[in-house]
Amino acid sequence: MNSAERSNKLELTTPSDREIVMTRSFAAPRTTVFDAFTKPELVRRWLLGPCGWSMPVCDIDLKPGGKYKYTWRNDADGKEFGVSGTFLEVVRPERTVHLEKFDEEWYPGEAQITTTFIERNGATLTTMTILHESREARDQALETGMADGVAVSYDRLEDILDSAA
Amino acid sequence: MKPMSYGAFPDDRLNATFMALADPTRRAILARLVKGEASVTELAAPFAMSQPAISKHLKVLERAGLVSRGRDAQRRPTRIEAAPLAEATGYLERYRSLWERNFQRLDALLDELQTTPKQQRTRKRRT
Repeated sequence: MNSAERSNKLELTTPSDREIVMTRSFAAPRTTVFDAFTKPELVRRWLLGPCGWSMPVCDIDLKPGGKYKYTWRNDADGKEFGVSGTFLEVVRPERTVHLEKFDEEWYPGEAQITTTFIERNGATLTTMTILHESREARDQALETGMADGVAVSYDRLEDILDSAA
Repeated sequence: MKPMSYGAFPDDRLNATFMALADPTRRAILARLVKGEASVTELAAPFAMSQPAISKHLKVLERAGLVSRGRDAQRRPTRIEAAPLAEATGYLERYRSLWERNFQRLDALLDELQTTPKQQRTRKRRT
């Protein structure tokens, strides 16, 4: 895999108090990438987290006002957790906007996630902007690490640790 | 109660670490302390901030275990504590790799989708 050529590094930033932004390039046309993000039979093949988890529930009603529901299951011990929400905008293959709420709340309120797909030279730049209801909610999401954020501080942390070594 | 997730939540100390790191001034203070210990006066110098304001930030950092203060009553130099930082970074690295794992699976899936029979004419050799 020529990953360097693809320049598919995951970039994480926190451009405002309430946002987390993840940007990643994929080596495929945007219709394909869009489908992989929105068709249940495709989503459940990659949105799995660590090894050993599966996605027994992956329902997506892809239209404005349509609902979705994901449930993940730890195949070793049978534990499950889920997330669900509503689509606000669906513009295939450019953009979706949806609300997200975890069954067992790990950050307060709902987050609004805008996903955009921009095709360039056959590759698709995908940007997910996760907007929380408050800074506290965002920070809580960051603390639990799910969003893998604090990218700004994280990058600096790397610098700090490098120079401390 | 913490919700269940992929199975790992930070303990309270790690929460304190992340809270401490959420502020740009405190990150800048840490970056300065990497170069060596410093007094509050020295730390306040680059910022448009009063010494009491800086002291407040130092208390947050100290509570998180990210810095320690010297005993010298006059100067009380602050120095960085590397271990909690390393722990926090390791934790984030875990989850960064979690998303990367998702996206790498997606890379493979996208490759597969592009080499289905109906698109074979555009099939390219991969190295």
